[in-house]
Amino acid sequence: MVNRTLLYLALAAFAVIYVYPVLLDIGTAFKTESDAAAHPLSPIPQHWVVTAFTALEQQDFLRWLANSVVVAVFVTLGRLVFDSMAGYALARLRFRGRGGLFAAIIAVMAVPSVVLLIPTFLVLKELNLFNTYPGMILPLVTDAAGVFIMRQFFLTVPPGIEEAAKIDGAGIFRTYWSVVLPMARPALITLMILSFQGSWNNFSMILVAHSSPSLDTLTTGVGRLVSGQLGAGSQYPLQLAAALAMTVPVAIIFFVFQKYIMRTGEGAIKE
Amino acid sequence: MTVLVRRDGPRNPPATGRIRARGPLFTARGREAAAGWLMSAPVIVLLLVFLVAPIAMAAWVSVSDWNGIGSPFASGVHAVGGQNYKALLTQPGLPQQQLGESLRNNLYYVIIVVPVQTALALGLALIVSRKRLAGRGFFRTAYYFPSMTSSVAVSILFLYIFGTAGVLNAIIGDFGGQGPNWLDDPNGVLHIVLSGLGVTTAPGALANHGFLGVSWWDWLAGPSVAMIAIIALAIWTTAGTFMLIFLPAIYAIPSDITEAATMDGANAWQRFRKVTLPMLRPALFLVLTLGLVSTWQVFDQIYLMSQGNPAGTTLTPAFLSYLTSFQDQQWGQGAAIAFILFALIVVLTIVQRLIISERRAGRAS
Repeated sequence: MVNRTLLYLALAAFAVIYVYPVLLDIGTAFKTESDAAAHPLSPIPQHWVVTAFTALEQQDFLRWLANSVVVAVFVTLGRLVFDSMAGYALARLRFRGRGGLFAAIIAVMAVPSVVLLIPTFLVLKELNLFNTYPGMILPLVTDAAGVFIMRQFFLTVPPGIEEAAKIDGAGIFRTYWSVVLPMARPALITLMILSFQGSWNNFSMILVAHSSPSLDTLTTGVGRLVSGQLGAGSQYPLQLAAALAMTVPVAIIFFVFQKYIMRTGEGAIKE
Repeated sequence: MTVLVRRDGPRNPPATGRIRARGPLFTARGREAAAGWLMSAPVIVLLLVFLVAPIAMAAWVSVSDWNGIGSPFASGVHAVGGQNYKALLTQPGLPQQQLGESLRNNLYYVIIVVPVQTALALGLALIVSRKRLAGRGFFRTAYYFPSMTSSVAVSILFLYIFGTAGVLNAIIGDFGGQGPNWLDDPNGVLHIVLSGLGVTTAPGALANHGFLGVSWWDWLAGPSVAMIAIIALAIWTTAGTFMLIFLPAIYAIPSDITEAATMDGANAWQRFRKVTLPMLRPALFLVLTLGLVSTWQVFDQIYLMSQGNPAGTTLTPAFLSYLTSFQDQQWGQGAAIAFILFALIVVLTIVQRLIISERRAGRAS
């Protein structure tokens, strides 16, 4: 009985630590600045106002949103197409150099991403891709982990169905497109979630890929707002409203695909 | 049997002589190889252009005197050998001192974040995995959700919590205390503790000698008060991610083992120490490795919350490398810092692998 009480006390304490800040964020986004300064501990505004959100709109927020959508959609599509094709080739097709290619992909996965910031900037400059949408998108499409996930998935699919398609006279690409890909739905959804969330939330790679404010995404646009390059002082309601708004799409994905996301984490240790 | 061998093995399927005579693309084997390369081609090109080439370019820049103007391959750019690395590692001066400070700051960050987030993740996973627990799904969601959100949103939240007139200081104020100016306080917590014990000046032996341009006394400063705020953010955000890695490992523990231990009279702590923990060892090492690699890469939060301030006590190698290149236009040095960090992470990963395999070998024998 004591154990059980302790357990629930611990749970409640952690729930406060994890849930209360989120509630504070939501509440403060609808406060006036003076209200936020006077009552930092209350998640409920004295007067509900949307001034923070209208102020955000004047800060080019909609443009950042549009840019984030463009980047996330193209990165996600690119990874889905390229990673699943390469994953299938590595799992199923026999060709000379396949083993070496797979080893290279594993090695690439070990490169720490933060080390790539300066190198990526250098190459984008050299290719005249700096300050362009492709320059922000292509480095994020480059993703060995997605290839690995897809390959591991295709290895688990029994080859019988493909053989049947082959016997029916379907070519390799026909088989891949109309037989293999539809079976890969769970893996594709996992990859889609990872890619969308990763590119929507990415800050550092987007940061080094552009300098023009018109290319700012939500992360770099709001990031400027916070690190003091835009706006002055601590405009808590404005900043927290920005944090709240940029989190909404990820939250929707999280709740819709919760089942897949929990499995994603669990898949990491399967081996 | 032969079918199996043919499917998985690298061997040629027997092609009929007639088809083979018409060239490689007309054999089933040739078509398959061509399709394999074709389907891998986009990924190969992307990896070459946006991973291999950039690293090679940065390696060149790190041994050059490129100043950020024009192409690093232009004729005015010269090779300077290991000069950038020397300035960082062996020559006394500001670059060496900044690298030393950033390594110290990041070291304290790692030493605190990795054990605490691992323990917290394990604790949360153990609680959430209990079968008879009301609201299991709710708790799991609440702990995991921060992992899904962007570093920008979480940084904003923690700037609010740790602000001078922020949430935490309001709580401290309610208890009659006065909180520090968290993000403006460069004092190291170990120095603060020592000064509480009456030690305010450094003993000469520690003040006059040092490593990488930082005196031993300053190496022992501990994380600054400002860094504590960033450490809190890291733990809060990542514990949920790693909880998700522990969960399936916990579910995989057969319940009859724990029941047997209970029947043998083991109490909860003994069951955890002698039964649960040994079975979670693979997950534990995975979490420690991932934690170690990611904590040495902290960048976003530093950029967003402190820009390395106050007094350079939240500078990290990743952020220093960015600052040196993009702000000071010392591209050679900035790239060199990135490679030093790369080497550090690789060495740490290898050392950890060795420790794991040694332990495994030890248990096997």
